[in-house]
Amino acid sequence: MAESTAVNLRKTALNGVHRALGAKMVAFGGWEMPVEYPSSGGLVAEHKAVRTSVGVFDVSHMGDIRVYGKRASQAALAALEHLTMNQVSRLAVGQAQYSAMLYPAGTFVDDVIVHRLKDQDFLLVINAGTGEKDFHWARDNAQDFDCEVIDLSDTYTQLAIQGPRAIDVIAKLTDSPLSRLGSYWCTYATLAGLKDTLVARTGYTGEDGFEIYVPSDPETSEDVWEKVLSAGREFGMVPCGLGARNTLRLEARLPLYGHEISESINVWEAGLERFCRMEKGEFIGRDALRRAKESGLSRTLAGLEIVERGIARDGYRILDEAGNAIGAVSSGSPSPTLGKNIALAFVPPESAAIGSAVYVDVRGQKVKACVVPTPFYKRLRPRPTPADAHLGGRS
Amino acid sequence: MGYPGNYRYTRQHEWIEINGTGVGSVGITDFAQKQLGDVVFVGLPKVGTTFKGGEELATVESTKAVFEVFAPLSCEVLDVNRSLESAPEKVNADPYGAAWFAKVRILDPAELESLMDASAYEAFCPESKI
Repeated sequence: MAESTAVNLRKTALNGVHRALGAKMVAFGGWEMPVEYPSSGGLVAEHKAVRTSVGVFDVSHMGDIRVYGKRASQAALAALEHLTMNQVSRLAVGQAQYSAMLYPAGTFVDDVIVHRLKDQDFLLVINAGTGEKDFHWARDNAQDFDCEVIDLSDTYTQLAIQGPRAIDVIAKLTDSPLSRLGSYWCTYATLAGLKDTLVARTGYTGEDGFEIYVPSDPETSEDVWEKVLSAGREFGMVPCGLGARNTLRLEARLPLYGHEISESINVWEAGLERFCRMEKGEFIGRDALRRAKESGLSRTLAGLEIVERGIARDGYRILDEAGNAIGAVSSGSPSPTLGKNIALAFVPPESAAIGSAVYVDVRGQKVKACVVPTPFYKRLRPRPTPADAHLGGRS
Repeated sequence: MGYPGNYRYTRQHEWIEINGTGVGSVGITDFAQKQLGDVVFVGLPKVGTTFKGGEELATVESTKAVFEVFAPLSCEVLDVNRSLESAPEKVNADPYGAAWFAKVRILDPAELESLMDASAYEAFCPESKI
């Protein structure tokens, strides 16, 4: 919880706003970011606000890569099919998908949300700590395709408005009928007075929500932030930091780079086969993945509920009954919504059956845990389906 | 909340209150609980254990992190506050009273001299971090 004193940390356009709100700041992925806001009530209160009503996150530390080309050549699409594991051609204009860029070994360069803005114009939203690596990877591996790959990371302030009341907040900021925007669809709208603002119905919390992309100059960024907070006030909206962002995504079993996915973890081990379209044809990592599937897995990601007293944390060893090390916690924390201590951990497949007992080495103490289904939390209302609508064109 | 005048304080943000001959209560300060955020777990020592000053006596956990609570001086644990196990939030609500961690026998009263009094601790705090 120490105030970050490291030099050369990057700052988002809203850094001053967070400090003025008294946020506790930490270093994350090379950025100085708010981890929690005492004025919001702190991490647990922020987490609960998102689950029950609405919260807003400054996620401008995320990176953005634009891949575009001429329609006739379809080169941008081809480049992305080569670069990513999900099937990009399934995306309609205005649709987005969760995906990943893989190394030839079938392990993760990064996870990514691919947005199809136009037929041959795509926006990739990537993680903070891996931004530069991702951009060079994408650019280098798209060299053989007749398309442009540009780094837009510094051009956007990105806000995530998340929770069951997110749609009510958005409705106050726009005349566009964004309630009809399907889950994982995006569009442009006049939002908070800004024309042609990119809005996506995406998020990292397991709740309904929107991510909005506004120009990153401090004046515009602060103005939009204030307007969002003002619109959200009647719903109890609070600013939320990276602490709540982590507990929310963990409950929803969403991966974090360096924990559930990394350059040494493959798609099968991470349990992300649903987003990997082997049948689409060639992509970087496909051959290794096929071989890995044939030889079988030595480890798999399991959800744990800690049943004895103790909190399993990132990196703690997983032990069998006899005390032998069999795996490790990738992410672990108290779960504010469940009121239990939970974890994701890599364990041998034979220890991963639901109901299996394993033990966590909590600083020298053997603490019993049980394998449980994931996600740990699922929101009650289904998110609007793409069949419901997507909005065509700009407004 | 301030700093109770009759307590003594460490640079690691523990307090000790003498409440009998050679006996005291130990806890963490208001400054520490604010830095921690919501306390969700407390790990207490075994009764009967002895500690040198500066050794890890207990642990306090927030959602995000684990913090060590150090013995303010050489002591033997006489009693622990079990209620903190089921109600760790007391550490945030009442760090100087209901959230005492342990009652201890002070093994060398001379060690009290090197602890800060309330005004020294108050002066120490602003530059300090957990």
